[in-house]
Amino acid sequence: MEPIVMEGSHKTPSVRFDADKGIIEIKGRSIPENSIEFYKPMIEWLEEYSRNPAKRTVVNFQLEYFNTSSSKCILDLFKKLETIHKQNKNVNVNWYYEEDDEDMLEAGEDYESIIRIPFTMIELEE
Amino acid sequence: MTFDIQQSYREMNKGDVLLAYKGSINSDLITNVLDVVESKLEEAKSVSAVKKKVYSVLVESLQNLYHHIEDLPADMREKYEKRFGILVVSKIDSVYRISTGNFVSSEKVNQLKQKIDEINSLSREELKDMYKYVLNHRKISDKGGGGLGLIDIAKKTGNKLEYNFKSYNKDFYFFNLNIYISELN
Repeated sequence: MEPIVMEGSHKTPSVRFDADKGIIEIKGRSIPENSIEFYKPMIEWLEEYSRNPAKRTVVNFQLEYFNTSSSKCILDLFKKLETIHKQNKNVNVNWYYEEDDEDMLEAGEDYESIIRIPFTMIELEE
Repeated sequence: MTFDIQQSYREMNKGDVLLAYKGSINSDLITNVLDVVESKLEEAKSVSAVKKKVYSVLVESLQNLYHHIEDLPADMREKYEKRFGILVVSKIDSVYRISTGNFVSSEKVNQLKQKIDEINSLSREELKDMYKYVLNHRKISDKGGGGLGLIDIAKKTGNKLEYNFKSYNKDFYFFNLNIYISELN
């Protein structure tokens, strides 16, 4: 499978989806006006990946800001990842947040309570 | 005519103004506003957790405007641009205020009012639950909004949403929303 590699911009995060290594990574800001369009290729990629996933998938989310329309798309990504986890494949989410950013920690906890995949909350020191 | 847009704009420009804009709300404008406010916040003395809240609430309020803005009342279309909205970011004493203004058609006023009143009636825990419920159960509308913007704003700021509707003519009201982000939460 071709990886997805995208540089970040003012409104969009950097993205790395690598099937061979089993790495899914989203970092930076996710505040585009049209989130659905932005996340569509990633959701399709995960759909395909979930048919033949790596033994172990590591998911790294390190977001500085995200808007509410991205929050729905991110939930859709997690739902795809959940289907991999249900196949008894190892999926781990690392949710990074800056030490004073309680809103970002809470956002991670919200996902953790909706999605049945193990989450690890990782505080970044400033 | 009772409603005066210049008068409303002046009223919204209270306190130390970080940024004031009236005109078309489009994607490039949002990018510019966010850049300007971000660099102004960098210079500000507030703690970084508060600056982050101001920024993320600003993102949400701009995108609320972007997704929900309607056509202008007919008699204003010559004078003002399409997708017209007002945004003022200011600091009044130790509280940041994000004030937005836009025209809404009369038939939408009640629905919007009810939604804000409902959000204002909820406790922090109830807002968290509502956020999670809407996140998990509602699809993104064709307008691009997820129905989460105002809930997210209320949850993050911990303050009530202040609003008023001023009648413009029988078909339109001017909707003014004031969001407060306190220095110490």
